[in-house]
Order: sequence, then structure tokens, then C-alpha cells
Amino acid sequence: MQQLAKSSVPDRSPRSPVISASNLDLTFQTNDGPVHALSGIDIEIDKGEFVSFIGPSGCGKTTFLRCIAALETPTGGQLTVNGMTPDAARRARAYGYVFQAAGLYPWRTIEKNIALPLEIMGYSKSEQNERIARVLDLVELSNFGKKYPWQLSGGMQQRASIARALAFDADILLMDEPFGALDEIVRDHLNEQLLELWARTEKTIGFVTHSIPEAVYLSTKIVVMSPRPGRITDIIESPLPAERPLDIRDTPEFLQVAHRVRDGLRAGHAYDD
Amino acid sequence: MKNSLPILAVLSAIVAIWYAAVAPMNLRGALDVAERSGAEVVPPASVDRFEQPIWRLMIDNPGHVAQGYSLDRPRLPTPVQVGRELWKSTGEMALSGRAMSKRSLIYHGWITLQSTLWGFFLGIVLGMAGAIAIVYSRVVSMSLMPWAIISQTVPIVALAPMIIVLSSQVGIEGRGVPKAIISAYLCYFPVLVGMVKGLRSPGAAQLDLLRTYSASGLHVFLKLRLPASMPYLFTSLKIGIAAALVGTIVGELPTGAISGLGARILIGDQFGTPLAIWAALFAAAILAGGLVTFLDFAQRVTLRRMGMQA
Repeated sequence: MQQLAKSSVPDRSPRSPVISASNLDLTFQTNDGPVHALSGIDIEIDKGEFVSFIGPSGCGKTTFLRCIAALETPTGGQLTVNGMTPDAARRARAYGYVFQAAGLYPWRTIEKNIALPLEIMGYSKSEQNERIARVLDLVELSNFGKKYPWQLSGGMQQRASIARALAFDADILLMDEPFGALDEIVRDHLNEQLLELWARTEKTIGFVTHSIPEAVYLSTKIVVMSPRPGRITDIIESPLPAERPLDIRDTPEFLQVAHRVRDGLRAGHAYDD
Repeated sequence: MKNSLPILAVLSAIVAIWYAAVAPMNLRGALDVAERSGAEVVPPASVDRFEQPIWRLMIDNPGHVAQGYSLDRPRLPTPVQVGRELWKSTGEMALSGRAMSKRSLIYHGWITLQSTLWGFFLGIVLGMAGAIAIVYSRVVSMSLMPWAIISQTVPIVALAPMIIVLSSQVGIEGRGVPKAIISAYLCYFPVLVGMVKGLRSPGAAQLDLLRTYSASGLHVFLKLRLPASMPYLFTSLKIGIAAALVGTIVGELPTGAISGLGARILIGDQFGTPLAIWAALFAAAILAGGLVTFLDFAQRVTLRRMGMQA
């Protein structure tokens, strides 16, 4: 259903996926010999999808996200972002990246932190201000622009870092365990907010997480990965409706998806001792 | 208020030790003075007294011990004597309009301060440039850093005369430039080490963030590395300015300089006036304290304006 609706939307690159990986390999050469971080990754992500990557440590989910962002270079296979190489896509400002740590500069106010990418990309002062105001509103931090990071809670800092990634209007938002360091209650709240934000902005989101409920709650597509070598064991198209109140997590559909994710994770672990 | 108690405790301990040391340190001098004024001293001949340990002299001459506190030319003057001498050669001269006379420590302090500041700025420039080169180039890091460390193991007292000789060889007149070079030689190092650490302080995630913006090297430097290094820089500057002052004074000592606090110390030594040495010493300490306090203030203001809790 959703797929059909997507392909009918006229778009810059019709019918080609936003992110496409085929037979992607990445081997790190380390002092202890080669580490096979990614092996035979095949996936297509369409415009407007919310894709979660879930798996145990070392399964390559973060590495794959970093490949999309051209922070790592694959050693084999094909990877395109918006039909370009990841490098070219980055120069075309295809994506905003949210790291696990908010990584706000302590010497800049929240506003100035959000201005950072805009300054580097050469936006005019007035356009910077207009964009800052808009994204601050989007993450509900409008009253905190003049504050310094240490004056904000962890959850607010992470929202500010999301605002920073949104400021230059990239179509893709890559998020690497953005809520991993936050407590459960804050996390629930931010998950809700993120879904709202996703609905309003129609971004394509790649989201790395450790948490099964988080992945199932947020995603239209869940990619289950397993380690040594990092590979995809299951891709689940979520049957959940677009409208998702928090208590959807108690419905049988939700639990079914969560169950399948857990099975996928367990299957990946069968190779371990 | 809570902090003043320990500070006062340490201060009064220092003063107490100082006062306690004055009597034994000055005893031989006091006995010489007493002998010349015809008082009875045991043993009566100065030559014989040199054979005796101080504690022995103290037991034999209990009546003269206190005179150590009021000698004209004490080996170890009391804090009050030093303070009086300091006032005589600074405040009093300034009041009588002779602040820049050759006998005034204000004049000599000013000479030393000038060289110190020139050396300090030269040291900052060298240290910064070295740090940037080291952070951005592995080759420089491997080739320059060992020399920087070796440079600090060479005793500056040995090097100072050579710097004076060599700079006069290339036609530099006067003591100002070589003194500044000596001072820079001492103070570039803390700046270099601090800035290397500071410029390298941003973690991998911070650098990755800027890569996702396709930021240029200049942007990484100006927007991340340089501001991140500020707390390190100020710490280095405070060490550096003290080192620069020491460098200048050392540069004034063995080089036949006639002005500057170092020269005053040397002259006081040659003319047997320890009071002058002590006064110059305290003038140097006060100068150093003032400079460090100023930098501390600059650090607070800068870091507060940068939003960091200093």
C-alpha cells in the first residue's frame, strides 16, 4: 500500500530509491588482522521511509550508517544515496547526521550550535536566523535558543542536536542511537516527538538502535542485523498504521512484529558460542 | 571568607619560619658588629668563631642573638626589613618623582617587564605556530617534538651568554632583543605543549560531525579546534608568562647587564648588600604575581564570554 503511494509521488529521482546498497562489503584492516564489519548488505530505502537498524554490538549497523554518510568507505559492492556516490551526496547536503552524543559545542549557545552547519555552508545571516527559529520550533525548544548546552537536560540537548541536523534541509536524517543515553521516560517522549517531526517534514530516516520496542514503534521498515560478519538477517515491513499513539505498543500487531525482530536477533546469535 | 583561613595559615607559617631563621643566619654578623663595638663575645676572635657551629655560638652568646634582627647588612633580612627596602626603592622614589631613576626598582622592573612581554609574545607566536604544525603534520610532530623537549633540558644559564654573544655578532645592539629571545626560549614550550593538547582535544565524533558538513580544514580549525583549545591556552599562558619572567631575569644575570631586576640581584651580590637582592627578588615575585593574576582575569572573562564555566 505504502509502496504504491510512494511511487506515485512525483519526485526528483522517480522510482529510484533514496538509498540503495547491493552486495556491500567493508573490511577494516586492524593490527589483529582483518575485521569483516559488513558483508553482502542488500537494501533499498525509499523516500519518506523510517528505517531502523537493530542488532547486537558489532553487527555493523552504525558502520552501515556511516557508509551512507561517507564517513566510512566500503571495500566492495555498490552504495548510492540519491542516485549519487555517498561522497557526492554529502557534498550535495543530502543528509543530516545525529550522533549518539549530542556533541553540542559548550562555547556556543543552542542557537549558535544550530547555526554551525549554516555558517559552514555559507548561509546569509538572515537566512540563518530564520532557519534557526524554524527548527527550534520543530523540536519545541523555541525558548532555549539563548541558553548554553550545559543549561539543558540530556533530552533537550539531543533535541537541539536533531534541530542542528535539520537546519539545512537535508532530505535524509541519519540517526545513530540518538536516544541511547537517555532514560526510558524521556526516550518515550522523544520517540513520540520524532514520529510527529517525521510526519511533518516527510524526511527519510535511517535510525540505529539497540531497543526492540523503539525500533518497532518508530519504523516503517526494520532491518535486523547480526555480527561476525555484519550482515542483514531479516527485513520487516511494519504492518502498523502511520498514526501511532504510545499505547500501540500493547496491541497484538505490535507484539507480533517485536516477536519477529527478537527471533531475527536470536537467529543471528545462533552462530555465536 | 572560607578560603582565607588556610591561606592565612600557610602565610603565617612561612613568616614564622622566616623569622625563626633570621637569628641563627645573622648571628655571625651580629657577633662581628658586637665585637667591633667592644662588647664581650665568645670566642672573641672572628677567625675562631668561624670554627664554631652556629648552635654553639647561640649558647655561648645568648645576649647577642636578638641583634640579628636589627643589622644594617643582614645575611637574611626580616620581612619588615625587606618591605622597608622595597618601599624605599619603589614607592618612596615614586613619591619624590624619581620613579625612573637608576636606583629605583620601578625603573628596573619596567626594563625587565618590557623584555618579558616581548619574549612572551614571541614565545606565544612560536608555541602556537609549532603546535599547529605538530597537530596538522605527523612528520612535524615526529621531528619537532623531540627537539622541543631537548631544548628545555639545556640549562638556560649556560645558553644565555651565547645568545647574547651570537646576537651581537649579527649586529643586534643592546640587551633588549637577546633577553627577549632567552625569555621566549623558556616560555614557548608550555604554550606549545598546551596548544598541542588543546587543538587535539576535540574527539572523533566532533570531527565526524564537521565532516558530515563537508567542512574545510580552515573551518575545522576556526570553529572547532581553536575554541576547544582556549582553556588549555590560558593555563599555558599562565605558566608561560612566569617562565618568560624567569628567562628575562636569567638573561640579565650572567651577561653584564646594568639594568633590570636580574642586574639588581647581581649588583647586590657583588656589593655585598643582601637587602638589595631580597628587594629585587620580591619585586620580581610581585611582578610575576601581577602578570599571572592579569592572565587569570583575562581567562575568566574570555571563558565566561564563551559560555564555559571557568
